[in-house]
Amino acid sequence: MKKKNNIGSYITLGVVILIYAAVFIAEQTIPSTSMLFTVLKKGATYALVAVSMNLLNGFTGIFSLGQAGFMLIGAYIYGIFTIPVSMRGQVYQYFDGGLVQFTLPIIIAMILGGLAAAFFAFLIGLPVLRLKSDYLAIATLGFAEIVRAIFQWNGLGPVTNGSNMLRSFPNFNDFNITDAQGNVTVYLSTLIPFIMSGICILIIVLLINSSYGRAFKAIRDDEVAAEAMGINLAHHKRLAFCISSFFAGVSGAMLAMYQTTVQAKSFTSAMTYEILLIVVIGGIGSVTGSVLSSFLFVACSEWWLRFLDEQQMIGDFQVPLLRNGFRLVVFSVIIMIVVLFFRRGIMGDRELWNLNFTGRRKNKGDGK
Amino acid sequence: MNVWDTVFPYLLSGISVGGQYALIAIGYTMVYGILRLINFAHGDVFMVAGIVMVYIASSGLPIWVCIPLVLLITVFVGFLIERVAYKPLRSAPRMSVMISAIGVSYALQNLVLYVTGGLNKQYPTIPWISDTVVIGPAKTKLVTVITPILVIALVVALVLLINKTKIGMAMRAVSKDFETSQLMGIKINNVISATFIIGSFLAGVGSILYFTNYPTVIQTSGAMPGLKAFVAAVFGGIGSIPGAVIGAFIIGIMENIIKGLDVILFKAGIISGPMGLATFSDAFTFALLIVILIVKPTGLFGEKVTDKV
Repeated sequence: MKKKNNIGSYITLGVVILIYAAVFIAEQTIPSTSMLFTVLKKGATYALVAVSMNLLNGFTGIFSLGQAGFMLIGAYIYGIFTIPVSMRGQVYQYFDGGLVQFTLPIIIAMILGGLAAAFFAFLIGLPVLRLKSDYLAIATLGFAEIVRAIFQWNGLGPVTNGSNMLRSFPNFNDFNITDAQGNVTVYLSTLIPFIMSGICILIIVLLINSSYGRAFKAIRDDEVAAEAMGINLAHHKRLAFCISSFFAGVSGAMLAMYQTTVQAKSFTSAMTYEILLIVVIGGIGSVTGSVLSSFLFVACSEWWLRFLDEQQMIGDFQVPLLRNGFRLVVFSVIIMIVVLFFRRGIMGDRELWNLNFTGRRKNKGDGK
Repeated sequence: MNVWDTVFPYLLSGISVGGQYALIAIGYTMVYGILRLINFAHGDVFMVAGIVMVYIASSGLPIWVCIPLVLLITVFVGFLIERVAYKPLRSAPRMSVMISAIGVSYALQNLVLYVTGGLNKQYPTIPWISDTVVIGPAKTKLVTVITPILVIALVVALVLLINKTKIGMAMRAVSKDFETSQLMGIKINNVISATFIIGSFLAGVGSILYFTNYPTVIQTSGAMPGLKAFVAAVFGGIGSIPGAVIGAFIIGIMENIIKGLDVILFKAGIISGPMGLATFSDAFTFALLIVILIVKPTGLFGEKVTDKV
């Protein structure tokens, strides 16, 4: 058993290295305007938030719907602390350049965003985590809406820019290495988000496989039994909630970099639903599944199903129904089919490194 | 002009909105009482009713045909959702059903986005209830006055239905104990369908009243009223119909008072300039939800449940 696990881990490691190499090579050779990179960047961002949600919903059994709120906190903290001082006058044009008049390095701002999200998670977790399944879901959903309202309030405008958007902060394209004339010599704008979310996901995986992770799973399977075995329920739930929110905050910062602008009103509950559906499609309780389905979800919604939004001709025959928005209808039907008939999702609760490689081979896809 | 004259219009529209939330909240609370499911798609059924009205009215049918037709289609949508998305999951864990509900909500929104092209649709003006009336210091539409009366009438009818009829008795039995009532020969699926039909009918009525006041419909316009109505249902004690109605009125009134808080405080001379407090009218509802869940998780009229191992 032990040995098989080792083989699985090596194969996983190999696959991950191959993917990173492929991303690096693709980025140098394929024009950077290709849809592929949009999908990869957004996919990496969503992969992290999906895994963080899975840590809660799939591994700890806490059905939380507050992910969009924590992403919002992360995105705003990142934006607020990284806008160059010279640009602040423009961005905060209605608030005299804003209160914050310094910038932090990107990595520190990201971690700060995560910590802020975790701090809010701690505060809201104190009362909310005592609730059970659907009450908890609706309370966290409500929390996300409250956060959205607070960040839109003009009273906090000098810090959050009120209901106006934050922009001009460093985004993924700023990771490209340029020469003196401003021409790009080495493209890194896709590899860096992959590395960021890769490291975070690795930390989550290590956590899940630690004794804390086993305690989380015990709580998921049976709270009463777990408590009887000496697991401190409140402590472990709070821990899972804060850690998950930390990574949601980090992924919020990544989303800010991807979008190049941040506006509170876009972090709606619909966004949380989308992430939840990603987790369900990938398989509740599988990190590999979440990663895989994030890329599939983003690729389908942004790229592969795009043709459904335009009129298509087969010979002289104009295909009916195809117009703007049809893609999303098809997409929702697919999701409903998965939810109703393939409730285990792509991976169920299995992981890439636990698959039986000697016997039945499963597709390895583009998971990490 | 005294403070009361400033507060009154907000109070009035609060009562009106509260009544509209109440009609949606009943759908939530009844479904939750029977299936233990937060029907996330209920707000979208409400929105679909609005969109259907837009399209039917534009076909030129007279209004007394439109309204029953809209209600009929809404009821059918609600029925269909239950049969397609919830019935196959009857024996599945509760979380799966909830995820399915979220999936349905996503699908309905996308379907409407496709049909409308993502544009705001102008809701047709319904004669009579859109007439302007003057009550004391406030000038408002007649619908504001009709809503609370209609809500109370419908709730009385519903309570009678639940307490006096056979199907009502079946509903009470199913909400007490799913499996035992099945053994007693109650056709569970019929009861559940009836619940969804009643809920959707009330949501349809609610949408006609709501969109007369807020006359544009877009695919996301059901989400917020839906969530608020759910909060109202929790506030009143989920599973309790009078609770849902009272909760909805309280939330509607508070929300509108907060919307006007800047003006009210300014008129009263407490603040000197606008503070933008209206931003918090939605947030307040959810803050109230979190507070009530901490202080009294079963709501105002909810029954106490003990967990058995």
